[in-house]
This record gives sequence, structure tokens and C-alpha cells, in this order.
Amino acid sequence: MLAHPDLTQLIFGRLTIDQLPLHEPIVVGTFIVVALLGAALLGAVTYFRLWGYLWHEWFTSIDHKKIGVMYIILSLVMLLRGFSDAIMMRAQQAISFGHSTGYLPPFHYDQIFTAHGVIMIFFVAMPMVTGIMNFVMPLQIGARDVAFPFLNNFSLWMTISGAVLVMMSLFVGEFARTGWLAYPPLSDIAASPDAGVDYYIWALQIAGVGTLLSGVNLLTTIIKMRAPGMTLMRMPIFTWTALCTNVLIVAAFPVLTAALAMLALDRYAGTNFFTTMLGGNAMMYINLIWIWGHPEVYILILPAFGVFSEVTATFCRKRLFGYASMVYATVVITVLSYLVWLHHFFTMGSGASVNSFFGITTMIISIPTGAKIFNWLFTMYRGRITFEVPMLWTVAFMVTFVLGGMTGVMLAVPPADFSLHNSLFLVAHFHNVIIGGVLFGMFAGVNYWFPKAFGFRLDPFWGKCSFWFWVAGFYFAFMPLYVLGFMGVTRRLSHFDDPSLQIWFEIAAFGAFLILLGILSMLMQFYVSFRDRERLRDVTGDPWGGRTLEWSTSSPPPKYNFAFTPCIHDIDAWWQMKQHRYQRPLQGFQPIHMPKNTGAGIILAGIATVFGFAMIWYMWPLAIISFAALIATAIGHTFNYHRDYYIPADEVARVESSRTELLGHV
Amino acid sequence: MSDTSIAMGSPSEPLRFHVEGEHHVENGTLLGFWLYLMSDCLVFACLFAAYGVLGRNYAGGPTAAQVLELPVVAVNTTLLLLSSITYGFAVLEMQQNRRAPMMAWLTVTGLLGAGFIGLELTEFAHLISIGAGPQRSAFLSSFFTLVGTHGLHVTCGIIWLITLMVQVGKKGLIPANKRRLMCLSMFWHFLDVVWVGVFSFVYLMGVLP
Repeated sequence: MLAHPDLTQLIFGRLTIDQLPLHEPIVVGTFIVVALLGAALLGAVTYFRLWGYLWHEWFTSIDHKKIGVMYIILSLVMLLRGFSDAIMMRAQQAISFGHSTGYLPPFHYDQIFTAHGVIMIFFVAMPMVTGIMNFVMPLQIGARDVAFPFLNNFSLWMTISGAVLVMMSLFVGEFARTGWLAYPPLSDIAASPDAGVDYYIWALQIAGVGTLLSGVNLLTTIIKMRAPGMTLMRMPIFTWTALCTNVLIVAAFPVLTAALAMLALDRYAGTNFFTTMLGGNAMMYINLIWIWGHPEVYILILPAFGVFSEVTATFCRKRLFGYASMVYATVVITVLSYLVWLHHFFTMGSGASVNSFFGITTMIISIPTGAKIFNWLFTMYRGRITFEVPMLWTVAFMVTFVLGGMTGVMLAVPPADFSLHNSLFLVAHFHNVIIGGVLFGMFAGVNYWFPKAFGFRLDPFWGKCSFWFWVAGFYFAFMPLYVLGFMGVTRRLSHFDDPSLQIWFEIAAFGAFLILLGILSMLMQFYVSFRDRERLRDVTGDPWGGRTLEWSTSSPPPKYNFAFTPCIHDIDAWWQMKQHRYQRPLQGFQPIHMPKNTGAGIILAGIATVFGFAMIWYMWPLAIISFAALIATAIGHTFNYHRDYYIPADEVARVESSRTELLGHV
Repeated sequence: MSDTSIAMGSPSEPLRFHVEGEHHVENGTLLGFWLYLMSDCLVFACLFAAYGVLGRNYAGGPTAAQVLELPVVAVNTTLLLLSSITYGFAVLEMQQNRRAPMMAWLTVTGLLGAGFIGLELTEFAHLISIGAGPQRSAFLSSFFTLVGTHGLHVTCGIIWLITLMVQVGKKGLIPANKRRLMCLSMFWHFLDVVWVGVFSFVYLMGVLP
């Protein structure tokens, strides 16, 4: 190897043995734990001979339900990583005062806060939202799959590919130290010459392909594949929010792609888009990234609003109050989300008129959002509320999100923002809306639809433990940050001099510890529910007394979702069917046209991962080979014309009669 | 949704809650592809915006008026616009199920596209040789990226065109292939529209004093 340094460099680029963080005991320890857990997992899969099952039933599956579940598993795994980063930061800030510098050097700390933000948004919140939309939406509109089943599988694996690259940066080289949006000039090659920002760029670009295609796919599904009779104004609210979210994805993610591509060109090709020399303009990056970034937060929150709407109506035993106003509020938020991006940098100095415009549009968004809150409250008013776990999350959301919304309106006032900009007040605000809104919503959704996916409910005791630890932990962790923000403490600091601040950070660290208990309770909830699945079994397919179509089929639904395509006459289609004492047809089944599984998605995404890794480390020959392989495989896949098959009528009849038998036992 | 009215039933009949027999779902490929094109359009919008912001930041280097040569671009534009017309002829033949003339028009389209790419590469090589490469100034960075991204799209279009010609050769004008040809048609015309923007916004306005 040493005899041919040029050859080594050609093959391995700038990747050398020094890039492995062997001198960082924390990272080495993490690596050992991850390696042991990984080996145990792989060993178990091999021992129980599960590889074939996983490959045929899951990895190559084009079933939207399984893809949805895989997205959510990805999200939960990444939540553990993102939360580890969070609790490390809270611990560091709680002890790093005066002479003590804590246990994390700034070099490491900066990577952690960047990775935390990137992972939580792109690989926790996004897959969770996409997963729930994937699982629920086709069932709600009475469809048998999405419009492009193969693309759906491909999107999932591209997202996983991005997540794999981010995880690799933990052990090979380093991650970006720029903050989660990688502002230039800090992210330029001059200031960040190492591989960190390149990991960031390629992970997000590869995952971004998946997100964009998934957006196109789900949008086409909603427009083209609704069951007969389901006009737009009869769609369930969750489907409405999914529609708006996917419009936002298709209209916002290309901007991220373009901005990151220009940043990549600056770093790789020496162009001058965002440099400080030769006419570049870094503020253009910041504008572009927020033209994507602001719609992104609505991409996350709108489906959560949809979940709360479904949950509230179901657990209050009432039709949702103000359906039409809910739809219009969702659409108005969708449009307005494009007109507020500049509030993320009022301090850019664009002048009073521009700042006033964006301040006012930002405040206007609180009106449709407030309308939604009132709709949920009026749905609860005089409802027969049952406080099942999803409903608990919904109530906690309403309180917490209103608080986060209020601080958001405060930040929308430009003069106030000049003081609060980049402070812990801002950090508290966006955690308040993202945890209190998106995460609570997704947890409500997981608890609500879990029985649909697996045929048994989640254990309510551990669900409630998780709920109380999370909610209490959230308030302990983030209320102190509001206080600190008012005191002028800025974000992303790994050390403080003023000892009077320490108590607030200690309270916040205690809050993070409570959230840890919340996460552990959630894992315990999954374990206990699986162990006691017979006790928690639901054979009706409708454990909560649901109102929308997904509850009309069995749990878990058959591959084809519905033996006969439903006809819709009302917003709450399944509720109406129950009112009319609808009887499932027991005969007259027909063969059902379904798409076939394919391994092309996972193969393409695997090659894309190799390509991304090669680009990050300047391994040019490998990059060229893998890129050519990517194109060739994609073209090769288009030569496969046999992508579908028919489920024979007698198999449909067999599946349906076994359901009839189960229902007879109830 | 022709069966919607049947599903509703008349007021006297009980409501029907499922479709008897098989329910055919509309194919969403063309809509889906169109949505993808709109997202691609936004990528171009960002690159146009970047050019709008940086297009006069010459940083002491060559200006647009100094380096852009309209005659070359005029030829280039003609090639691309003609290729859109020839693709249109190919689609007309496709609708008549006449494979051989369709393949001929597709070949012409591909050659015109290749001519366009060839001229563009010559222009780029010339610019780089006179020291006006993408690293020289923010103007040139945004110029090369915008025009180059368009060129990259045309290159992908040509590869796709060849792939489709092979597939039509193997399978004939089956519905799946016709659908693919329509998608490529949208893609090709879309690139034409983007080029009209590039031509007007970058070249024509660029050479103004």
C-alpha cells in the first residue's frame, strides 16, 4: 500500500486510517456498543433464518402498508440516535461552567448539534410523517395501493440510504460542524475543508430524491385513485392534510436540491455562488434554504393536524366540527407557508418594509391555525370523550402547541426578533412546536393506527407512562430555555462563564432525562404489546369505533386492502356504513390486479449509497463506476414489463371467509 | 368516475356501499410525470433566480456581452426548437401506430438534440479556454450551472430516447411504450420551454449593454 501512494489515493481518495476517530473515547465506545448490537441483531436474523422472509416480505415489498411501517421503524431507530445527541448536549451544557469544560470538546459538540438537527428533521420527523401517510392515506381513500408502487419502495430505500450516510459519518471521518442548515461561508470549502459538510450534502441529496418522488407518488394517488363518490370535500381530513403536505413537498424540495447543488459546486468545482470572493453572495443560500425550510415545517405539522382531527372525532364520538373550515384552514396554511421565509433572518437587514411584510404574513398564519384549535375544541365540546392514549397526546398537543404558537407570534415581530434571534428563546420555540406539534401528533398516530397495522392494540399502561414522561420532560427541558433566551443566552454554545445560569441548564437536563424515560417507556410499550398480543388482539378491524374507511377492512388489512372498492356518500364514510348496517359481501369475488414485488429499489439505493460515499471521500474512479452502474440499473429496470399479477378470486374468497369466521366469534 | 352516478343510486333505492365487480382505476403516469416536471421546473427557477442575483457580478472578469456569441446560440436554439417539432411529428405517427416513420422522426430528434449538445460543449470549451470558466466569477458560475443543467437534462433526454427506441423495437407500440413516449414528449417540450427562458433571459438580455 505504501509503495503506491498515488494508487492508494486514487482508490481511497482522501480517506485514510487517520479519519477513523480512534482517539475519541466516546465515539469508540459508541462504535463498540453499536457494533455489538448490530452483530447481535444480524446474528439473530440469521439464527432464526429470517433473511428470506425479510427480503421477500419486507425489503422488496411494494405494499404501501409495509413501506409505511418500514418508514416508521427507520424513524424510531433514528430517534434513538437523535435523542442520544440531545441528551449529550444537555449534559454538556449542565456541567460546562467556569473552570469545567465538560466532557465534549467544541469540535465534537458542534458535530453533535448539527447531527441532532439534521437527524431529527430529515430522518425522524420526515420518515414518520411519510410513513403514516403511506400507511393510512390509501386505506382512507379506498385504494389498493399507491399510484406508483415501485417508486414508493425506491423512495423508502433512498431515504434509508441518506440515513446510512449520516450514521457512517459518526465512525468514518466527521459530520458537519455548521448547524443543521450549513450556512456558507462557514460551510464553504475554505472554512470547512473536511468531509463533514460533504456527508451532509450527499445524505440530504440522496434522501431528497426519495422524499420528492414520494411526494409526487402520494399526490398522484390522492388525485387519481379515490374511491367512487369520494369528492374532494368528502375526503377525510387526514387525507386532506396529506394532499397539502405532498403539494408542499413537490413545490419545496426542488429548492433544497438546487441550493445544496450550488453549495456542492462551490465545494467541488470551485464556483462562486456563496463565497465571499469574486461576486458570490452567501445570503442567497440563506434565502433559498429557507424558501424550502419554511414550507418544510408545514410539511411536518400538517399531517399531525390531520392525525389530531381523526383522533378527536373518533374519541369524542362526534363528527369533526367545522369540516369545511378545517379544509380551508389547511389550504390557507399551505399557501401562506411560502410567504414567510424571511422571518428566519430579519437581521439580514432588508429594511423595514420587507421585514414588516414578512412579519405580518407570519402573524396571519396564526389565524387558520387558531381556527383549527377551535374546531378541535368544539368537537370535544359535549362529546363523549374517552381518554385513550391517542386522545391524551391530542389534548397535550393543544395546550403545548398554543404556547409554541404564541412564542412564534412574538418572534414574528421584527424588533423583538432582533433581540431574540439566535437565542435559546428561538430554540425553545421551535422545539415547542415540533415536539408539541409534530412529535405528539405522530405518537398519537402511531397509537391510533397501530392496531390497524398489526391486529393488536398497544399496551395503554406503558403508553400512558410514555405520555406523562414525555410531556413533563418537555416542559422541564424547554421552559428554562425560554428564560435563558430572555437573558440573552445564544444557541450552540458548549461552555458558559456565568454560574447563575447553571441552575436553568440543570433543570433542562432533568427534563431531557424525563424524556429519556418517556422513550424507554415507549420501547417497553412495544415489547409488552408484542408479548401480550393475544390479550390486546382486535379481530373486528375497528377497535376504536372509527369513522373513516381504513376501519372498514380487517386488521392487518389484506394485501389488496378492499375485496370490493367502496362507494362513498359521506365524509365519515365508514360511520355512515355502520349506521346503515352495511353487510360485507360474502361472495362474488373477482381476481384482483396487484403490483409485483421488486428488488430494484433496494439495489438502486445501495448503489446510490456507494456513489454518495465515493463523492464524499473524493474516490473518483469508484464514483464514476457507481454512477454508471446506477444509470445502467435504472435503465435495465425499465426493460421489465411484467410488474403486475392477479390475485385469484378463490384466494380472495379464502381470505375473506377467514375474516368472516373471526368476526363470527366476536 | 363514470360509475359514481350508479353508485349513488336513486333516492328510493338503498345506498350502495361498494362497487360490484372490478373497479378500474385511472392510470396516473402522465399526471405523475407532469408533477415531476413541475418540480424540475422549480429547480430551474432557483437557477434562474441565482443567475438573476449574480448575473452582473463580473468580479473584474469578462462580462456577458464580451463572452456570449449570439450567432452560435441562434443556431443552437434553432436545433432545439426543430427537435421539438420533429418529436411532435413522431407522436403523430405514434398515434397512427406507424412504427417505422415514428422511429425515423425520433432519430432526427435525437440527432438534433445531439447537435445542440455538441454546440453547447464547444461553447463551454471556448469559454474555459479564454479564462472565462465557472470559477472566474459569480456571473460565470451561475451561467455555467444554469446552461449546463439544461444541457444535462437534454443529455438525459437523449439517453432516454435511445432506450425507448430499443424498447419500441423489441416490444412494438404497446400501451406501456406509448405512455413512455408521451412522458418523454412532455420532457422534451419542457426542456424547449426552459431553453426559451435561457435564451431570452441569459443570452439576449446578457448582450444588452
